[in-house]
Amino acid sequence: MSLAEYADRNRLHRVGARPSLPRYLADAWGRRDFAIAMAKYKIEASNQRNRLGMLWIFIKPTLNALLYGAIFGILQGASRPENFPMYVVIGVFLFEFFSTSMNNGAKSITGNGALVQSLAFPRITLPVSTVIQQLMTLVPMLGVMVVYILLLGAPITVEWLLMIPLVAVFTMFNLGVALIGARLTVHVRDLTQLLPLFTRILFYTSGVLFSIETILASHPWAIALFDYHPLHEVLSIARGALMPGVDYDPMYWLYFSVWSVAVFVAGVLFFWSAEERYGRVD
Amino acid sequence: MAESTKTGVDLANQDASANGRKPVVVVDDLHVKYRVYAGGKPVKGTGRSLLKRSGGGIREVHALKGVSFTAYENESIGVIGSNGSGKSTLMRTLVGLTPPSDGAVYASARPNLLGVGAALIPDLSGEKNIQLGGLALGFSKQEINGLRDDIVQFAELEEFIDLPMRTYSSGMQARLKFAIAASKQHEILIVDEALAVGDQRFRKRSEARIREIRENAGTVFLVSHSMKSILDTCSRVIWINKGVLQMDGDPKEVVDAYQETKK
Repeated sequence: MSLAEYADRNRLHRVGARPSLPRYLADAWGRRDFAIAMAKYKIEASNQRNRLGMLWIFIKPTLNALLYGAIFGILQGASRPENFPMYVVIGVFLFEFFSTSMNNGAKSITGNGALVQSLAFPRITLPVSTVIQQLMTLVPMLGVMVVYILLLGAPITVEWLLMIPLVAVFTMFNLGVALIGARLTVHVRDLTQLLPLFTRILFYTSGVLFSIETILASHPWAIALFDYHPLHEVLSIARGALMPGVDYDPMYWLYFSVWSVAVFVAGVLFFWSAEERYGRVD
Repeated sequence: MAESTKTGVDLANQDASANGRKPVVVVDDLHVKYRVYAGGKPVKGTGRSLLKRSGGGIREVHALKGVSFTAYENESIGVIGSNGSGKSTLMRTLVGLTPPSDGAVYASARPNLLGVGAALIPDLSGEKNIQLGGLALGFSKQEINGLRDDIVQFAELEEFIDLPMRTYSSGMQARLKFAIAASKQHEILIVDEALAVGDQRFRKRSEARIREIRENAGTVFLVSHSMKSILDTCSRVIWINKGVLQMDGDPKEVVDAYQETKK
């Protein structure tokens, strides 16, 4: 009889073995208070020593929007989209939610080495907590965004309520991306170096600052491709909902929901299947 | 294959020595290897040439080389060995934090390390860190509210609990971390004696608290460099040397043999 059989005969379980998926998700659900508390306290801690404190949550993206707006406003001249300031504010603020989720999500395991090495809990709690943190940052940002849009002259409409389901679906998408990123950087740390580049590529290809339809007017096949670009879909829907006189293809809701569910499910499975690997220090 | 026959023989002995006691932890031929990116040149004369390194300066550290033993209910097992012998790796593998490269650990319940430091955030107040640390240990919010006063009192931080933890002295921080970690009871517990912290008075109190936790836990592993506390509290001692289980048995015999090599 081997030791393994001996252990089995005495009803001992292998320590650190990956639980089944339903069990794993139930365990993670049991740790939801931990994920939320960690998100809340990290926001508090990161701004605590700045004089302007929490205000930085608004100031940073506002300055970003101003800078990008000024540069790309001048560069694009007459070909810039209508209501350009609104266009940029919506684009920059929503893209920020995606890029911080992806970047911080990707570092959520590798950046918490000491925690992963000392306490046992479902590791999915870490990327989830990161995305919760970004969502908690996004909600007041959306408030500020709405104020800016009102100041820029947009009327309040019922359509604005569409932002609520949009943010919900967007969060699911970002969580999926964060989960995939979190596991990939565990295997290949070097990816962290490429993340800023990758973020920038997405930034310039999602139509954050310019209208894809105008820029690529002479290549209709390329515009057709952008119907399936998830970030382009989010920004189009948000602009359609918030800005006066902007329309979007209602099919974008379907496309983006399919994207989100697919990325989320893939992310959970991909992350869960390497659960035993995250504690290793190499 | 010769390996497995050997474990088979060991097992027969173990079964005999078990006397019907219930095993709670079985460690089966445990290997742990770390792959480390080595910087600089290896020390001359260690016999490691460039060829032996597996490309790109990656060196493999074989921290545990086939450790096997069985721990039974209500045993108090001391773990000794010099620095770098693999004690901490063994303990981290026991709790499932470091995955083994080969072999496995089986247990009746998940073993736990006593410690919570890594979950805390220095920029937050002691109060909030109690919340965060408690949640990290798996307590519910209600349970933490019930434990809060005891933790603050034990850490002797009543006056400072609303200040950021980074403003605490290192002793105060260590006290808070210990007080949070020590609030939880475990079935199989691993205690690193280096946890007894602070000034002499607090050290006495934390040692007493560790003893209390140990008495309430089912099975305890005690990692310590103090042979006195090992002999005082343990019913069995395991000696790890260079990643190999050197000796396992009666505390007095093992500690004597260990100290013999230190002379």
